[in-house]
Amino acid sequence: MTGILSLITYAPLLGVAAILALRFVAPSGSPRSAELAKWVALVTTLVTLALSLVMLGQFDRTTADFQFVEDFAWFGGLHYRMGVDGISVLFVVLTAFLMPLCIAASWRSIEHRIEEYLIAFLALETLVIGVFCALDLILFYLFFEFGLAPMFLIIGVWGGKNRVYAAFKFFLYTLLGSVLMLAAVLGMIGITGTSSIPELMTYDFGQEIQIWLWLAFFASFAVKMPMWPVHTWLPDAHVEAPTAGSVILAGVLLKMGGYGFMRFSLPMFPDASAYFTPLVFAMSVIAIVYTSLVAFRQTDIKKLIAYSSVAHMGFVTLGIFSGNAQGEQGAIFQMVSHGLISGALFLCVGVVYDRMHTREIAFYGGLVNRMPWYAAIFLLFTMGNVGLPGTSGFVGEILTMAGAYQASTWAAIVAATGVILSAVYALSLYRRVVFGEITNPALAEIKDLNWREVAIFAPLIIGTLYLGIYPAAVFDITQASVDNLVAVYRAATGG
Amino acid sequence: MNFSTDLSLALPELILAGGALVLLVWGAFQSRANMVFSLAAVALLVAAGAAAVLGPMGRGFSGGLVADQASAFAKVAIYAASAIAIPLGQPWFQRRGVNNFEFPILIVLAALGMGMMASAGDLISLYIGVELHSLALYVLAAIHRDNAKASEAGLKYFVLGALSSGLLLYGASLIYGFAGSTHFTVIAQSVEGGANVGVLFGLVFLICGLAFKISAAPFHMWTPDVYEGAPTPVVAFFGAAPKMAAMVLFARVLAEGFGGAAEQWRQILVIIALASVAVGAFAGLAQTNLKRLWAYSSIANIGYAVLGLASGDAAGVQAMLVFMVLYMVDVTGFFACLAALSRDGRPMETISDMAGLFKERPGIALAMSAFALSALGLPPFSGFWAKFYVFKAAIGAGLGVVAVIALVGSVVAAFYYLRLIKVMWFDASAGTTEPPPVEARTIALALALFTFPVVLVALAFIDPLAAAAAAAFGLA
Repeated sequence: MTGILSLITYAPLLGVAAILALRFVAPSGSPRSAELAKWVALVTTLVTLALSLVMLGQFDRTTADFQFVEDFAWFGGLHYRMGVDGISVLFVVLTAFLMPLCIAASWRSIEHRIEEYLIAFLALETLVIGVFCALDLILFYLFFEFGLAPMFLIIGVWGGKNRVYAAFKFFLYTLLGSVLMLAAVLGMIGITGTSSIPELMTYDFGQEIQIWLWLAFFASFAVKMPMWPVHTWLPDAHVEAPTAGSVILAGVLLKMGGYGFMRFSLPMFPDASAYFTPLVFAMSVIAIVYTSLVAFRQTDIKKLIAYSSVAHMGFVTLGIFSGNAQGEQGAIFQMVSHGLISGALFLCVGVVYDRMHTREIAFYGGLVNRMPWYAAIFLLFTMGNVGLPGTSGFVGEILTMAGAYQASTWAAIVAATGVILSAVYALSLYRRVVFGEITNPALAEIKDLNWREVAIFAPLIIGTLYLGIYPAAVFDITQASVDNLVAVYRAATGG
Repeated sequence: MNFSTDLSLALPELILAGGALVLLVWGAFQSRANMVFSLAAVALLVAAGAAAVLGPMGRGFSGGLVADQASAFAKVAIYAASAIAIPLGQPWFQRRGVNNFEFPILIVLAALGMGMMASAGDLISLYIGVELHSLALYVLAAIHRDNAKASEAGLKYFVLGALSSGLLLYGASLIYGFAGSTHFTVIAQSVEGGANVGVLFGLVFLICGLAFKISAAPFHMWTPDVYEGAPTPVVAFFGAAPKMAAMVLFARVLAEGFGGAAEQWRQILVIIALASVAVGAFAGLAQTNLKRLWAYSSIANIGYAVLGLASGDAAGVQAMLVFMVLYMVDVTGFFACLAALSRDGRPMETISDMAGLFKERPGIALAMSAFALSALGLPPFSGFWAKFYVFKAAIGAGLGVVAVIALVGSVVAAFYYLRLIKVMWFDASAGTTEPPPVEARTIALALALFTFPVVLVALAFIDPLAAAAAAAFGLA
């Protein structure tokens, strides 16, 4: 199966080529060309999903080694190196899973420059999958950084009123973090003479240098995550991005930060990770409590969900830096689960936004009277966001807290209040939007979900419930790699 | 070394000098340029490039002229950039009713001077090379002589260039006085084990003079004015080849002549590099004219190249060479885009002129976006790889903190590159543009394809060649 990772990574680019070739069939910008482009993009993403499922089927769950490895020498001592292990494989599948939903969600809501929009999305898919597959530092940086460009365009061209500000903020924040990481990457290559991630994971950096390298990587991943206090770009980006852009931003792009911590910070700089754990814990619990409170005060639905994302990512960092198997498993699970649930919540916002073109909470109310199906689905994902047992949201939160409890009782206790706070803001949002009588006459004729929207939600509902009831589906895959990661981390820090 | 061996080492220069004289006579009789005339000039540059690569290597004219891997590498890049400038510029001038047959000849003469700079083995040939190319450039800046701005640019360039030549010459005379020789190799012996104050004093002046030529801060003042005033295809030429020549000369003087004083000049270069990055990044933020903006961008970029040199080792020089080659493509391509654009017969030069360009001219807009993202240093564009080499060398040479500061500077500069992209992609169109002339459009698109994806393959060839060239300077 060697080569399947490159195939999955670059398959979306074939879709890009096909869309570019459409100009020979229909004039670009014409309705017919747009319609064809949508189908091309949908088929491409579905094929990518099928390929990634084939890859998951072939994935050997008993080993912590990298699998499907590809390795070619490039120039200047660099290598083109790809491979996945139990930590990264799920993110590849998650990305491939969310992309067709994003394309379908944009079917009617994007009205201009549709071909370019789809090209940006397909390019983004290639770059995001590449991030999770890259096993060479420079290759990783390439995918990681180039991903900014399509997202910049998605927010800037197809975003809301304040899109330019949001796009610049998104790009510059992330770029600043990334250049510091680049300095660390170059430093590591200078010290070790290799850019191979598997080799660097076993390299023993000195304690002093670890601190600096860890900080540089932290600057990048903390912004990407995002962690308090560098999270402020996220609400802006979410509010201005089109629905599908928000889905992919919350569903996958944020996960790059958590993935980076697990791939780089813990195994490569274990001493520094242990040294900075109190800092990360403090930032995480502040994120959980503070952004939950901030979420409660929002008047814009999307902004509320964006802040809740920051809070949920706080659990992820808590789990990752607890340095034990529960914490790591929980963190991965929470990221996958959040990918489904927050993606679905942004789609829920998109449904009403497409109909009413506003996201003001005060505008809505009583939707249950006109949209019973919508109310039911929104309820499910609200409950998932709160962490109700039976949904995937519960598993991730309980495990990260169990892991954190072993590392720091106080952090876990304070974080647990975040669960209550999440119930406060999520349920009050749901009450204000869905319950009650319809008071706004504009809502009197609002229509319930159509078949296309139901088809988009169906896989997310199945995924959320399936992982909530049978979480072992994830743990089986991650087990070996997580055990290995924890063993390496423990051995290095003497814990 | 006998005379005929000396001459064989100077073959590229002889081809260009002889060819330029023939063209001059031909032009005087024909009195206007045509396609054949331009092609002949290009052919001269190609022949000179071939001679530089295939010809013998060694030191001739008692060490005054050096032909080695480094000079061959630089000359190929310089001649190639000069050769592109001719088809880019000649039709552009013709459309504006300026039909000077001198344009290709001046480019050839400038290339001759730049080749001399790359091959300079002593202070005399250094000065001759610098002056020869500078004089050609002064005239080129003002070649659009009915245009007041172009004349102003030429005059400014001339006055400040003369000042810098004065500094250069003063430094050279001090070095000669204290070291007792004009040859780099002899100077190196006297500097071995610690240079005396007089030589260092001269070295500082020499560095200042060369910093003028590469437009590094704090000697950058002339750049925005000259870039703004000079005709766009000429700027495409100014931004690329002369910078390469001056950087290679810079490297050779410092490495071959002052290798023993590396600790001293590295400090100066670090300051020049950081000042350039800072000036380029912050002053660029306030610009509305794209030519001025790119002047500041080039100042920042030269800062990165100088940072490579400041590493003071072979990896640093290699990084500088790779950087310059990739940067030359970038800057030539960007100005080729500008040369291709016009609206109502007026060149489009401000950022707001570019509004909605992506809808209007998707090809040019994509190319310009590629050049902007490349200059920003976003992977996988060529500008990222240029910075990759430089920062890798700088960090390897213990300049980690400097590298981080310079990287943060690149984030500041990112704002103005993004603003250009924003204007082209997000904003509503500012009106229809005229169809781009085929030659400028072709050059722009071809160079844009080089920044990505061709660069990913090309680097496999540039990397070892630059390493071999850097090895020629004999640094550790």
